[in-house]
Amino acid sequence: MSKFGSAIFNRLVIIIPYAWLLVFFLIPFFIVFRISLSETAVAMPPYLPVFNWDDGLSGIFDGIRQFSIANYLWLTEDSLYINAYGSSLWIAGVSTLLTLMIAYPIAYAMAQAPGSIRPTLLMLVILPFWTSFLIRVYAWIAILKPEGLFNQLLLTLGLIDQPLIILNTNWAIYIGIVYSYLPFMVLPIYSALEKMDHSLTEAAQDLGCTPISAFWQVTFRLSMPGVIAGCMLVFIPAVGEFVIPDLLGGSETLMIGKTLWNEFNANRDWPVSSAVATILLLILVVPIMFFQQAQAKADSEGR
Amino acid sequence: MKSLGSIRRSFAPWSDPASKPFISFKNVTKTFGDFVAVDNLSLDIFTREFFALLGASGCGKSTLLRMLAGFEQPSSGEIILDGQSLAGIPPYKRPVNMMFQSYALFPHMTVESNVAFGLKQDGMPKADIAERVDQMLKLVKLDKFAKRKPHQLSGGQRQRVALARSIAKRPKVLLLDEPLGALDKKLREETQFELMDLQQQLGLTFVVVTHDQEEAMTMADRIAVMAHGKVIQVATPPEIYEAPNSRFVADFIGDVNIFDGTVSAVSDGFVRIETEGGLSIKVASQETPAVGGKAGFAVRPEKIRVGNTQPACAPLNAAQGVVWDIGYLGDMTVFHVKLGDGRVVKASSLNAVRLVEDPIGYDQDVWVWFDENAGVVLRD
Repeated sequence: MSKFGSAIFNRLVIIIPYAWLLVFFLIPFFIVFRISLSETAVAMPPYLPVFNWDDGLSGIFDGIRQFSIANYLWLTEDSLYINAYGSSLWIAGVSTLLTLMIAYPIAYAMAQAPGSIRPTLLMLVILPFWTSFLIRVYAWIAILKPEGLFNQLLLTLGLIDQPLIILNTNWAIYIGIVYSYLPFMVLPIYSALEKMDHSLTEAAQDLGCTPISAFWQVTFRLSMPGVIAGCMLVFIPAVGEFVIPDLLGGSETLMIGKTLWNEFNANRDWPVSSAVATILLLILVVPIMFFQQAQAKADSEGR
Repeated sequence: MKSLGSIRRSFAPWSDPASKPFISFKNVTKTFGDFVAVDNLSLDIFTREFFALLGASGCGKSTLLRMLAGFEQPSSGEIILDGQSLAGIPPYKRPVNMMFQSYALFPHMTVESNVAFGLKQDGMPKADIAERVDQMLKLVKLDKFAKRKPHQLSGGQRQRVALARSIAKRPKVLLLDEPLGALDKKLREETQFELMDLQQQLGLTFVVVTHDQEEAMTMADRIAVMAHGKVIQVATPPEIYEAPNSRFVADFIGDVNIFDGTVSAVSDGFVRIETEGGLSIKVASQETPAVGGKAGFAVRPEKIRVGNTQPACAPLNAAQGVVWDIGYLGDMTVFHVKLGDGRVVKASSLNAVRLVEDPIGYDQDVWVWFDENAGVVLRD
């Protein structure tokens, strides 16, 4: 390939991910953002203003003048939305922590396992993906309901004499999220632990660390990139999670994904639901950007 | 100041029956499943000794070192350090530190914190830690790199950080696992001498594991040559080279010609061996093999001489042959001479004079011969 040709090729390769982001993230986001500045209308589409290119530039300016942040103000006035955001963050946070506490020992055990059985263990972690997500969540209903498998087991063992009410509580949501997102936590932690030089923990012990202190000072510390990646992979989708709270949660459960669904489908209020989605995005993206900036800074400090 | 050499020459606690060993392996065996890594091994190492464990990979030398560090427990037998049994003492309570082959520097810590790591675990006061770290980094000439992370250092610098970290706690014994394995040749040679100087300065006992015989020969006071979990010979480098106790050691260390034959006479400290190829060997020997039995004679290439004329000692310790190969190495030239029976003898000669036309060329008929003190008789 000529030098000129390869330069074009290189540029093309770089353009592809940007083009992807533009088409499938930025443009849809701006459409949603634009709707969030509109007001509801009994029309098709169900909001105003609608730009009409026939009116020329002045028509577009007229439309832009009609934009308002009323929907955002509305979100702050009704405590329902603030509570839904708060409770979503809380549920996602608790679930992420629980997932981490369960996933870390699994990933650690996998990384310590003999090399010959690691592919099998990895396969077992990924295996649940082969069944539909929806079916697996439905299966939890059968397990958790008062006359379900879990209560049957506890009753048979004599540990309880009354069925536990788990289904349709926040506990069911925690269980559902932890179960569904576990592989997303296990895999990045495993990959961080797996490439770690075993002699590092030996060196720590050689220099006077007990095995536990060597774990915290060296192993855990070095697996942090995996832990952070895993936490983000669980936390971000969990905040906006709709299916799990809808199927396993109760009527009291307030999560933003469910609120959004209600606004959009039940109330047919596209502008408010768009505002809800935009705020959700800001809540998630802004802290992550700050975090990544801090990481990049920490990385370059040693140089 | 006394030179290193003069201190070294007088240092030989192993030949003094009154001196007590600092480290003792007593009938130590270590098995991994069916595999015997260390086989009923006993070994004494003395204070301030620079001791090398030399052997091919899988000979058990690293396992021995790891047992001393506490990462492996002996399957049977006992290890004594400074009069105390090490059985059941975990690595973090042993007064030994190890320099790892991979260096095992903590990638998330600066050079400074790497060196301080062990001191911090001991709960040393902060000011003392800073002082000691500074001292250590000056010792390895890395004080300008204190704030760097390991990935910003060259291989040689990393090796020095690892060294500084392992001596920062002033251990009684420093264990070095292939300490120079990852360095290039030139740096390796420099570092060998630096390690020796450092060991003298600090007065520590060093136990080094290596597969590089040159490294072991240069640095160590004594070398233990290991194979299949056993120590074959423990001796000073000159003894190992000039008086190997077995065919294995003779062959493992350096280049060697071994002539096999039948012992025809033993008298007055001399042994006579007749080889099947018709070579008559009469050499001085402390070994006294049985007459009529098999024996070998090992002689180093630099002790075999090559010439155009018949030597005075012929027909003893001399043979005729044809120059088969000539290897010019700069400092010396190696000749491969094919004898009448087809065996090839390696002989090397030092090129002490510049650009002299060598009178010996390819395919030339030559004599090869050696002195009666040139080698050792090996009993089989």
